[in-house]
Amino acid sequence: MTTIQTSMPPTTAHADTRSLWERVRVNRNWLALWFMLPAAAFLLLFLAYPLGLGVWMSFTDLRIGRGGNFIGFENYEWLWSDSIFWLSVFNTLLYTLIASAIKFAIGLYLALLLNRHMPFKAMIRAVVLIPFIVPTVLSAIAFWWIYDAQFSIVSWSLIKLGLISQNINFLGDSDWARASVIFANIWRGVPFVAITLLAGLQTVSPSLYEAATLDGATNWQRFRYITYPLLTPIIAVVMTFSVLFTFTDFQLVWALTRGGPVNATHLMATLSYQRGILSGRLGEGAAIATAMIPFLLAAIAISWFGMQRRKWQQGTDND
Amino acid sequence: MASVQISDVRKSFGGFEVLHGVTVPIEDGAFVVLVGPSGCGKSTLLRMLAGLENITSGTISIGDRVVNNVQPKERDIAMVFQNYALYPHMTVAQNMGFSLKLRKAGHADITERVRKAADILDLAPLLDRYPRQLSGGQRQRVAMGRAIVRDPQVFLFDEPLSNLDAKLRVAMRTEIKELHQRLKTTTVYVTHDQIEAMTMADKIVVMHDGIVEQIGAPLDLYDRPDNQFVAGFIGSPAMNFISGHLKSGGQPYVETDNGSRLPVANAPSASDGRPVTYGIRPEHLDIADDGIEVEVAVVEPTGSETQIVARIGTQEIIAVFRDRHEVEPGDRIHLRPRANLAHLFDKDTGRRL
Repeated sequence: MTTIQTSMPPTTAHADTRSLWERVRVNRNWLALWFMLPAAAFLLLFLAYPLGLGVWMSFTDLRIGRGGNFIGFENYEWLWSDSIFWLSVFNTLLYTLIASAIKFAIGLYLALLLNRHMPFKAMIRAVVLIPFIVPTVLSAIAFWWIYDAQFSIVSWSLIKLGLISQNINFLGDSDWARASVIFANIWRGVPFVAITLLAGLQTVSPSLYEAATLDGATNWQRFRYITYPLLTPIIAVVMTFSVLFTFTDFQLVWALTRGGPVNATHLMATLSYQRGILSGRLGEGAAIATAMIPFLLAAIAISWFGMQRRKWQQGTDND
Repeated sequence: MASVQISDVRKSFGGFEVLHGVTVPIEDGAFVVLVGPSGCGKSTLLRMLAGLENITSGTISIGDRVVNNVQPKERDIAMVFQNYALYPHMTVAQNMGFSLKLRKAGHADITERVRKAADILDLAPLLDRYPRQLSGGQRQRVAMGRAIVRDPQVFLFDEPLSNLDAKLRVAMRTEIKELHQRLKTTTVYVTHDQIEAMTMADKIVVMHDGIVEQIGAPLDLYDRPDNQFVAGFIGSPAMNFISGHLKSGGQPYVETDNGSRLPVANAPSASDGRPVTYGIRPEHLDIADDGIEVEVAVVEPTGSETQIVARIGTQEIIAVFRDRHEVEPGDRIHLRPRANLAHLFDKDTGRRL
């Protein structure tokens, strides 16, 4: 602060007489605010505004091409008694739960595998990322062919092997359709989990494993007592993201099944799109989308409080 | 407690041999320091002893048992790592009790043994802290606590003090030595710091480029280094080496390349004219009227002693004096080596003559 005072013109008799602008200009907190402004403006314009608009729309009977009136909770009351909406909630939860759990299991397994010393390590790691790099719609189309009722390569292979006698109706049967979209989502989501967990694994010092080995730990005990607890912060973050992405998934399901057969694979996101955009009932679509928010907040809260509990990460109470 | 026998141990990584047949006998209860410059293979040897590296050939025995193919956890050893390797998600007590927990010791037993170790190391007030909440010296003590809780046959230390500041290092040095005197557990300690080696060891093993250069008590190594490497490695500031030719007619001396005469107490017979390296420690030089004429380059007083860096021609020579001399850079003075404390090495092989 001394530099500021010496740089002031000598004619200034009292420091207090500096204008408000003068003081704001040199204040470090204000400076920080100036720097944050562009980012804040961006977030407000492209995140907060659409979100707010969406929530507001859910309280109106807005339709495409027609201004809406405020109708309070009517959209929600309507949805409350709509069995298709509840089916989509069930589908979304099922989809998220099963896909996330399997993504976690496979991702962790792959990460542990890739963390070992092996030939062509860098190349194998790159290969693992491929499902993640391919655009979602492209991979959905590939899966569409794999699941095709007539030309499915899976059905063909199984028939040639003599395991089944006729084609599996992957996308035409409710249970098969659910399993199929979940499988496609897992295929796409595993690389993200695996690579992120691998990054977490690499931050664990090898000497901890050596110390544990000398302490008498078996492979399983090293995982249970060293790897897993040290990985929990990363697991919490990656699984939060994975759950959020899966819960809000749209592209894959829309490209594969459009919610069918008989709404068996309709997720909240696809139902919202169908009602809001295709049917033009923007208000109702917005209400379905808004109904996702509590679920997402719950997922974030769980991981947040999970992370809060790990005292060993915070070295603050160093009395 | 147990003795350790390392016999003709070799280690290769791929086709590259880093240990070329190392033999080190370690008596029961001894404090042995493996010392050498980085890359000499000392840490590799320690890790082989711990079972963290395979033994390419040769044998390592702990007690009467050859442990080449024994799992690390079956070897009954405990190791203190350079970075301490404390489990960050466990409290001090959990860190120390982890090995006991894995061996399914009872809860009361674990608590009791952790408490006992904590008392020895003054860790009792810190038992509920996490490693992050400890200072470097405290972490070091926890790492030692984790080792002594197990009451192992052998302690292994891998450069345990190199992450500490200079003052703490001296304090911990004393603490480790006291701990050893109290527990009398066989200890193998790796360091690159010859002062640590000199101050702590019962027996020092000097290693260099994958071989053992010399094994002996600290003062033996200081007084009678087997070769030029050990002579230069042990002692600080390092021994001065001056090359010349041995003249053994009458009172033997070494004539340097620029004609100075360096006194020698006794020379090996029939070695007149032999090219040698003359070694003299900085503390074994006196300022005198005769002797080698040198030009003072730098004077470094430390209070307790004064170190003078001087030059003979292009060669640097260091002398250390306990008493204070009025010497200025640029002065020409005479330094006289104490003949009975001079060392002679073969110029080609570096072996002691």
